[in-house]
Amino acid sequence: MADQTLPIAGSLDVTPQRSTGSVLLEWLHEWVVTVDHKRLGILYIVYGIVFLLVAGAEAIAIRIQLAVPHNHFLSPELFNEMFTMHGTTMVFLVGMTILFGFANYLVPLMIGARDMAFPRLNAFSFWMTAFGGLLLYYSFIGGFGLYGMGAAPDVTWWAYAPLTAKAFSPGHATDYWALSLIVAGFGTLGTAINIVATTLCLRCRGMSLMRMPLFVWLMLVTSGLTLITITPLTAAQIMLVIDRYLGGHFFDTQAGGSAVVWMHFFWIFGHPEVYVLVLPAFGVASEVIPVFSRKAIFGYPAMVAASVGIAFVSLGVWAHHMFTVGMTSVGNTFFVLSTMLVGIPTSLKIFNWLATIWGGKIRFSVPMLFALAFVFQFLLAGLTGIMLSAAPWDWQLHNSYFVIAHFHYVLVGAIVFNIFAAIYYWYPKMTGRMLNETLGKWHFWLFLIGFHVTFDTMHFVGILGMPRSIYTYEPDRGWNQLNFIISVGGIIQGIAVLIFAWNLVHSYFRGKAAGNDPWDAWTLEWATPSPPPGYNFATDPMVYSRRPLWDLKHPEDPDWKYE
Amino acid sequence: MKSLIRQHRTSRFWNAVVPFLFLFCAVAVPSAWADGPQSTPSILAPASTPAHSIYNLSLFVLAITGGIFVVVAGLLAFAIIRYRERKTDDASEPVQIYGSVQVELAWTVIPILIVVVLFLTTARIIFAIQDAPEPKSALDVTVVGHQFWWEFRYPKLGIVTANELHVPVSKATYLHLLSADVDHSFWVPQLGGKTDLIPNHPNQMWIQPDHTGLYLGQCAQFCGVEHAKMLLRVYVDSPEQFADWVKDEQQPGVQDPQVAQGRQIFETHACTNCHAIAGTAAVGTFGPDLTHLASRATIASGAALNTPANLRDWIKDPDQFKPGALMPAMQLSDAEIDQLVAYLSTLH
Amino acid sequence: MSAIPVSSVLEPWDLPSRGRVGMLSLIIGESAIFTIFVVAYVFYIGKSLTGPTPQQVLDIPIFNTICLLSSSVTIWLSEREIERGRIRRFAAWWAVTITLGIIFIVGTGIEWHKLIYVDGLTIRSSLFGTTFYSLVGLHATHVVVGLVMLGLVLLFTLTGHINVHHSERIQVLALYWHFVDAVWVVVFTVVYIIGR
Repeated sequence: MADQTLPIAGSLDVTPQRSTGSVLLEWLHEWVVTVDHKRLGILYIVYGIVFLLVAGAEAIAIRIQLAVPHNHFLSPELFNEMFTMHGTTMVFLVGMTILFGFANYLVPLMIGARDMAFPRLNAFSFWMTAFGGLLLYYSFIGGFGLYGMGAAPDVTWWAYAPLTAKAFSPGHATDYWALSLIVAGFGTLGTAINIVATTLCLRCRGMSLMRMPLFVWLMLVTSGLTLITITPLTAAQIMLVIDRYLGGHFFDTQAGGSAVVWMHFFWIFGHPEVYVLVLPAFGVASEVIPVFSRKAIFGYPAMVAASVGIAFVSLGVWAHHMFTVGMTSVGNTFFVLSTMLVGIPTSLKIFNWLATIWGGKIRFSVPMLFALAFVFQFLLAGLTGIMLSAAPWDWQLHNSYFVIAHFHYVLVGAIVFNIFAAIYYWYPKMTGRMLNETLGKWHFWLFLIGFHVTFDTMHFVGILGMPRSIYTYEPDRGWNQLNFIISVGGIIQGIAVLIFAWNLVHSYFRGKAAGNDPWDAWTLEWATPSPPPGYNFATDPMVYSRRPLWDLKHPEDPDWKYE
Repeated sequence: MKSLIRQHRTSRFWNAVVPFLFLFCAVAVPSAWADGPQSTPSILAPASTPAHSIYNLSLFVLAITGGIFVVVAGLLAFAIIRYRERKTDDASEPVQIYGSVQVELAWTVIPILIVVVLFLTTARIIFAIQDAPEPKSALDVTVVGHQFWWEFRYPKLGIVTANELHVPVSKATYLHLLSADVDHSFWVPQLGGKTDLIPNHPNQMWIQPDHTGLYLGQCAQFCGVEHAKMLLRVYVDSPEQFADWVKDEQQPGVQDPQVAQGRQIFETHACTNCHAIAGTAAVGTFGPDLTHLASRATIASGAALNTPANLRDWIKDPDQFKPGALMPAMQLSDAEIDQLVAYLSTLH
Repeated sequence: MSAIPVSSVLEPWDLPSRGRVGMLSLIIGESAIFTIFVVAYVFYIGKSLTGPTPQQVLDIPIFNTICLLSSSVTIWLSEREIERGRIRRFAAWWAVTITLGIIFIVGTGIEWHKLIYVDGLTIRSSLFGTTFYSLVGLHATHVVVGLVMLGLVLLFTLTGHINVHHSERIQVLALYWHFVDAVWVVVFTVVYIIGR
C-alpha cells in the first residue's frame, strides 16, 4: 500500500501539480476496481475488523442489559435484535470475511503464484459479501425507522421456523436476514471456488500438494467444505423466502410442512460452518507456532489427514444441535457417536502443536502469545464440546449459557485469538511496518483476562439453569452476581480491542520498518518485499521442500533431506 | 527481559490451573447443597429420576474430560516453561523433529478408546431415559406451549390449568408436549432434561420427582419477544396435597354473589374471547384458563406475583410486565377493573 | 547452492486447468443446493393436506426429457468440432443444442400452464405444489442461465470471434450444461417416477 500509489520522495518530479482531491479520488478508484488478491484480502480484513467493532458493541449492549436482573437498558425487542445481529454479524461479516481475507492475501503468495485463479471473480465475491453485509445493517433503518429500532432481524441467528413465518414475524426483519445472507453467500461461494482452483492449479514448480504450507492446505479443505456448507443455507433461505412471499408451505406446520426440516437444513449448514471458521484458525496456528518455537511442524502428513478427516466427519454431526427435538433414541445415539468421533482428529492436532513446541526455543512475541492461549482455550472448548455431545447431559445444557460459553470459547478463544495472531504476524508483510509490541502485549493480557472472566464464569451460570436468548432474568434464581462478573469481563475485552484498533492505525504511520522477513520465517511470502509488489515474485519460485526459506538459510541441513 | 519471562511463567501456570479450579468448584459447591428444591434451578441439584441419571453421567464425563485436561494442559504448561528461549541461548536452531509414527499412533488410539467408553456409557443412559416404558400408575399431563404461557391439561382428571404445574411426588408423570404456535422448550433443570414443544410434532418426556416442593424453570427455546418471561413453576405435592389440589381443580369457578358485578363484567366483555372459567359462559382457549386463577402464586406465566395490585396493572396494561405479550390492554374503566379484580381474586 | 537437487528441474510440472477445476467446484456447490431441494421433495411426498396428488396431474415429460438429454450429446459433438477447428460445424451443433434446450423450456412452460390453469396446482395451493414448483423451477432456472450463456457463445461464433483456441473454455461451459442435464435425470426420477 505505502509504496505503490504515491510518488517516491526525492525523485524528479515530472508529474503536473494535482489537487489532493484528485489524488484521493484516484486512490479510492484503485481500491474499488482492484482485482489484486492482496488488496482484496486487505479489503476483506478491514471490512471484518470494522464489523468486529460493531458486533462487539452489540455484545457490550447485551451485557449491560444483563448485568443486573430486570434491567431496562434495552427493550425486549431491541435486545432480541441485538443478539440476533451480534451472532449473524460475527459469523458472516467478521469470521468469514477476515479468514477468507487472509486466505486471499496469503494463498497465492505462499504457493508462489502471481494472483488467484480468477481475479475478477475475486473482486465480484468481495463486493457481493460487502453489499450483503450492508443490506443486513440497512435493516436498522427499515421498518419503524432508526428510533423505532428498525426492522433488524430478531429471530436468533438460526431463525427457527415457524417463528420466521409471515404469521409470527410479519415485519421485514426475517427478510433482511434471509436476503442479505443469500447475497453474501454468493460471494462466499465465489471465493471458495477461487481458492480451490488457485491451490490446485497455480502452485509453483516443485510445490506438490504435500509441500504446501499448512495454512494453504487448511484453506483448501475449508473452501471445499464451504462449497457444500454455505449452499444448504442458501437453499433453506430460498425456501423460507418462498414461504414468506409466494405462499409456500416448506415450513408451514399447518399444511404438512415441518419445523424440524428447517432445523435439519439449517444445522446441516450450521455445524460445518463452524468448521469453516475454525479450520483457517488452525492454519494460522500451524504457521505461527512452528516459527516461534523454531521447529518444523510435528507430523505434517497427520495434520493434513486430520484436517481432511475433520471436514468429512463434520458433515455428519449436525443433529447434535437437535438432541432435544424429539429424535428417536437411535437417531440421538448416532449423532452422539459422530460428534465424539470428530474429537479424535481434532485432539490429534492439539498434540501435534504440543509436540512442535516441545524441544523448541519459544519466542514470546505477540503472535505467539495469542497462539499459545489458543491452544489452551481450544483444548477446553473441545472438552466442553465432548460434554455437550453426551446427549442426556445436553438435554440439560442445550440452549443454556453453558452452550454460549462453549461456542464462544471456540469462536473467541480459538478463532479470534488466532485472528489476532494472524494480524500481528502478517501486518508487517501487508504494510511494511511492525505493530507496536508494547501495545500488543497490553491488548493480549487485557483480552485474555477479560475473555476468561466472561466465558469461564458463563459456564457456571448455565449450569445453574440460565437459558439463552432471554432479555432479562428473575432476581431469585442465583444468577445475579455471575451475570455482573460476565458483563465486567466484556467491558475489559472491549477496552483491549480498542487498544488493538489504535495499534493498527498508529503503527501504520509510525511503526518500525519491517523488512522482508521480520520473524525469520520459512514460507514463500517472506521472500517478497513488505508490502509485496503487484506481481508478487519477480521470477517464478521453485521449491524443494515444505520450508523453502529454511532450505535457503540452512543449506547444510535442508528439509528435503528428511521429507 | 528476565522479569518478563518470570511473569510469563507464573501467569502461564495460573492460566492452566485456574479454569480447572473453577470447574471443580462448579461441581463441588452446588453439590454440597441439600437435596430437594431450591430457588436456583441448578442441574447439579437433581431431584427426579431422569435428572439423577443425567447428573451421574455428567460426573463420569466430567471426570474423564477433567483428567484429559490435567494431562494435556499440564504438558502444555510444562513445555512452554521448559522450552522457552533464554537470554543465555546461542543463535542456533533447535533439533528439527518432523514426526514419530509410534507417538502419533499412540495419541490416536488412546482417544479412540476414550471415545468408545464415553459413547457406550452415554448410549445406555439415552435408552434408559428415552425408551423407559410408561408405567400404568403414571400421571398423564398434556403441555401446550403458547406465546408466552403454558397450558396444562390432565385428560384423565378433567383438569385444565395454566403456568403452574402440580405433580405428585414419587410417581412418574408423563408430559405430552404440543405447541399452539411456534417452538418452545420445557425445562425445569432439577426435574429432568428439556424437551422441545414443536407445532405438529408431538413430543414426550417424563419426570419422577423424589422430594416435594416448588421447582423453577422456564421456556428454553426462543419463541418471540417475551420468551424471557415464559416462566415455569412446578409444585411437587405429597399424595394428600395432590389429591386436594385435584379436587379443587375439578370444581367449576367459585360463584361468590358478592362479586357478581365483576363476574358480569368478565362475561360481557372481550375477556371471553380468549379466556375460560368453568361454570361461566367463558370458554375461550386462546389465553390461560382462569377457573382457579386465585390459587396460583404468579400471573402472566411468572412475570409478576399474583396480588390484586399486580392483577389490576396487568389487566389495565399488560405491557407493564411483559411488553409484547399477546394480551391486549382491555380499555376498562378503573371502577370496572376494581370489580373485575375482586371477582378474579375469589377464583380459588 | 550445491545442496539443491538438480533432478527436479527436469520434471514436468502439470497442474489441472483452472477453468475446469473452477467449474467442477461450482458444480459441487450447486449439487448441494439441489440436494437440499430434492431431500425436501422426497421427505414431503404424500404429506400434502389438500390439492391434487402427483398421480392425478403429472404426465411423464418423455419428449422434453429426450430433447434435454440429447442436447448433452449434441453439445459433446460440438466440443469435438471446435477441438478440430471446424468452427462452422461447431456452430451448427451448438445451435442444435440451444434449440433442444429451448424446446425443453417451452415444454416445461406448457406443462406448468396446464397444471396451474387446468389442475389448480400452484406454489401455494398445497405442499406438493410448493415442493414441485421449487425443485423443477430451480432446475429450469439453471437451464435458462445455461441457454443465455450458450446463446452468447453462438453470438460470438456468428460474428467470427470464436476460434480453436477457445475450445477449452467451450468445454468448461459444456461441463455446466452436462451438469444441468444430470440434475434433470435426478429431478425426473424423483418427481415423475418415485413421487408418483
